[in-house]
Amino acid sequence: MEVGLMRRQWIQYIEGLIHEGTLDGQYLQLLQLQDESNPTFVSEVVTLFFEDTEELLNKLRIAISQPPVDFKKIDDHVHQLKGSSSSIGALRVKNVCVDFRTACEQQSPDWCSSCLQQVEQEFYGVKEKLSYLYALEKRILNAGGSIPADLSF
Amino acid sequence: METSSSSSSSSSSCMKWSCENGYQPHVLAVDDNLVDRKLVEKLLKNSSCKVTTAENGVSALEFLGLLDEHNQHTNFERSNEWQQRSKVNMIITDYCMPGMSGYELLKKIKRSSKMKEVPVVVVSSENVPTRINKCLEEGAEMFMLKPLKQSDVVKLKCQFMN
Repeated sequence: MEVGLMRRQWIQYIEGLIHEGTLDGQYLQLLQLQDESNPTFVSEVVTLFFEDTEELLNKLRIAISQPPVDFKKIDDHVHQLKGSSSSIGALRVKNVCVDFRTACEQQSPDWCSSCLQQVEQEFYGVKEKLSYLYALEKRILNAGGSIPADLSF
Repeated sequence: METSSSSSSSSSSCMKWSCENGYQPHVLAVDDNLVDRKLVEKLLKNSSCKVTTAENGVSALEFLGLLDEHNQHTNFERSNEWQQRSKVNMIITDYCMPGMSGYELLKKIKRSSKMKEVPVVVVSSENVPTRINKCLEEGAEMFMLKPLKQSDVVKLKCQFMN
């Protein structure tokens, strides 16, 4: 596929992710930090986010399933996840974390379980979508093209 | 400290000056979150800063040579390491960290004879006025909300690293 077409596809895809609320403006801020000398900066940082979050989710699953539930520990993990998801623009993940922290405050095991399920759903959703985007980026770069940086929408 | 309305022109002129002179301020960035550390490092490097990151307050104090009071009076001063440490131009620290918080780190820095003149910026994802006041009262030069933008870092560089 021709580079120009792939770049347009890329732009439309990101536009879609923003319109559906999966990503927010913070992701666009990150794109501005990227340039030709470091064209994979964003995908690298987001990949770190994916790895970090997988570990956090594991810890959360364990903490929730072990009575008596340590709500302080769970809240600490969720606070971490809220921070990193906010930093990369994963809006839905961040929003579930806000609820999750309230569930911890209320010390409700059921509400926490439900939040964990939701956060997993949102996380795996954004992971899948961005993985597709990064595969497209790789093809663009391999074809000698560059990833758009200054998006205005 | 107020930024004047001509800040954008003074920002770009101070950026130009620092690029021309090859001036590379050295910033110590402290954050327990890996993703945030990577981001702040990139923001700072994009602004031609040299960056050292630390993942907690204790490592930060260790890097600054503030951990062991005794060491302040030894041959440490003559080593290259100490030369490097004594040239930290700014410290950016996250507020919420397990163990030593950013606030506690700020206090230790501002109460040390060695490092109290180094500007400290505290960052947080939460906008809590009492928290902000506490930090400013303890001597933080600025309190900023996360996530930081490139324009935030440009502002910091111009205000505190010239």
